[in-house]
Amino acid sequence: MKPQFPVKKTLASLGIPLLATASLFYHGAGVAAGSINALVWCDHTDPGFIQPFEEANDVKVNLKEFEGTGAALSILEQSRPGDWDVLIIDGVDVPALAKDGLLASVPEDALPIADIWPEVLLEQNHKIDGKWYGMTELFGYNTIAYNKDKVDAADMLDMTSMWSGKYKDRIAVYDWHTPMIGLVAMGLGKKTAELTEADLPEIKEALFKLKDNASQFTDVVASQTALATGEVDILFGGGEWLTGVLSQEMPNLDWVLPKQGGLMWSQSVTMLADAKNPDMALKFMQYILSPEGQAALATSSCYWAMPANMKTGSALNDQQKGALRWDQQKEYLGNAQLYPSVSPELNEKMEDLWTEMLQQ
Amino acid sequence: MSAQSSWKRWRLVLPALLWTVAFFIVPLGFMVVMSLWHRIGGKIVATWNFENYIEFFTKPHLVKALLNSLEIGLTVTVISIFLAYPLAWIIAYRVPERWQRTALLLAILPFWTSYVVRSYAWLLVLAKQGIVNSFLLDIGIIAEPLAIASSRYATIIGFVHFFVMLLTLTIYANLRQLSPNYARAAADLGAGPLRTFWHIILPLTLPGVMVGGFLTFVLCVGDYITPKILGGSNELVLPQVIMLQIGRRADFPNAAAMSIILMLVVTAAYVLCARWLKMERS
Repeated sequence: MKPQFPVKKTLASLGIPLLATASLFYHGAGVAAGSINALVWCDHTDPGFIQPFEEANDVKVNLKEFEGTGAALSILEQSRPGDWDVLIIDGVDVPALAKDGLLASVPEDALPIADIWPEVLLEQNHKIDGKWYGMTELFGYNTIAYNKDKVDAADMLDMTSMWSGKYKDRIAVYDWHTPMIGLVAMGLGKKTAELTEADLPEIKEALFKLKDNASQFTDVVASQTALATGEVDILFGGGEWLTGVLSQEMPNLDWVLPKQGGLMWSQSVTMLADAKNPDMALKFMQYILSPEGQAALATSSCYWAMPANMKTGSALNDQQKGALRWDQQKEYLGNAQLYPSVSPELNEKMEDLWTEMLQQ
Repeated sequence: MSAQSSWKRWRLVLPALLWTVAFFIVPLGFMVVMSLWHRIGGKIVATWNFENYIEFFTKPHLVKALLNSLEIGLTVTVISIFLAYPLAWIIAYRVPERWQRTALLLAILPFWTSYVVRSYAWLLVLAKQGIVNSFLLDIGIIAEPLAIASSRYATIIGFVHFFVMLLTLTIYANLRQLSPNYARAAADLGAGPLRTFWHIILPLTLPGVMVGGFLTFVLCVGDYITPKILGGSNELVLPQVIMLQIGRRADFPNAAAMSIILMLVVTAAYVLCARWLKMERS
């Protein structure tokens, strides 16, 4: 005898939950009242950071990680309007997104503008036509990270040590053309804001020397592994974002800004123009920018970074402050430059140069 | 054949046909179209020209990425065949039948681990302070650690570890299908084991080897994870360059053009492989 299935009952018991689950996935994440959806980098997924906000506001924050602006734009292009409330993005990418109408403006008095380090406020990125479209939440440096048991710390104060030959095959290089070409340009005494095509030949020469001295060109995970396992002693392009998270277990790993300075990166928190829950999204932004949120985010289990809020020092312990070189920030910020912000044409040439160097 | 029976036959293949059109032909067509467009000033513009293809072949470092892919793919395929064949032969003919399943299970055990995790594990094994260097230093063969990690050697080792298992399975299946009467007949005619293998077993199993080798080559030239993790980006393979176009610049037209080029290379390898198999059969 064939088994009989009561069709309506089966549909009711299986179909409805399945449809509900499918609709949840279709939206990419839940969009019910009491939840917000955020496109973030991995540091925001640390429960130590996200749970206090969720508990305090009785809200569910649905997080989706991405790597790189290109990936974020792809996700946004494939999403429906309203799918996302909050977006974490490179500070330099905010103006383009705001001009494309993707971002919502945020009331000036809702942001702790006076508490943000003036050097990282980056008004030119965040304030467009008199309206604020985002705020720097964290920043850090592409500079020199090293194992202080294995190298002379004095050498790390001069960027040209990276291609002098003294540390041949003991250097890993962060594999991203924009900051690294900027950093090499700084080592050659150039200003990242004034880079032109005419600077490329000199940069190319230094890059090729760097290639001769480096043992590998790696992403964040691989470079961290290489430094931690002793495969290399120096990571050129590294900084507090790489050594901070290991600082308790491996205090021999350190980072420094050389005399030529370092390249400052920043990430901004923004709200999407068609956010379905703008009030909660704004609250989330305010939590991120508060000293408590900043301290938790800056010391997340994914990577560490420098809090943009100057008042965060009170929420960090001594070990964290030491690993972040918190007390040197005023001096460091004075000697830092921003990522090269160049035309798409020059960026393409820079990327070609980087690829050519890798293939050398 | 009547129209009705013809329609019935079409009805049977229709789901597969629709599936292929929806998930292969249409996306492929879209990729071809995209490869003729261009990213200008941060926007994708429908330019309808071959500029992306011309750009690829006029930039030596991009062509080198394709050559690197082919070199690594061929090296891995050849090494994997040489390692997998004896392993498959031992499992098929030397391991008692009741243990063969266990032996095969052990052979495919590495497949159970994540591909990325396995690559990072190899990175630790091949590192200056890893097991390989520590062992060689301990027994006094080398005085200084070898720079194996973050090199082409590391990429090849990682690939070979993975693909030897795949090839072992295909060659084992081929060996098991061979009737033992071939070897017996050869022995009756006075051929020794080596001669039997060289003139009987090997030619009859070559189609399986070729299919496995082709699969290895295709999967190898299309992968960017292993070269990225184990190769240390000291040289780039074409899939890495494609990923750079997407991840760093959102330059989908350029990435599409490079993907088409890679696909044409793989197609050429397939045609060669298929022609060889056809010749063997005839």
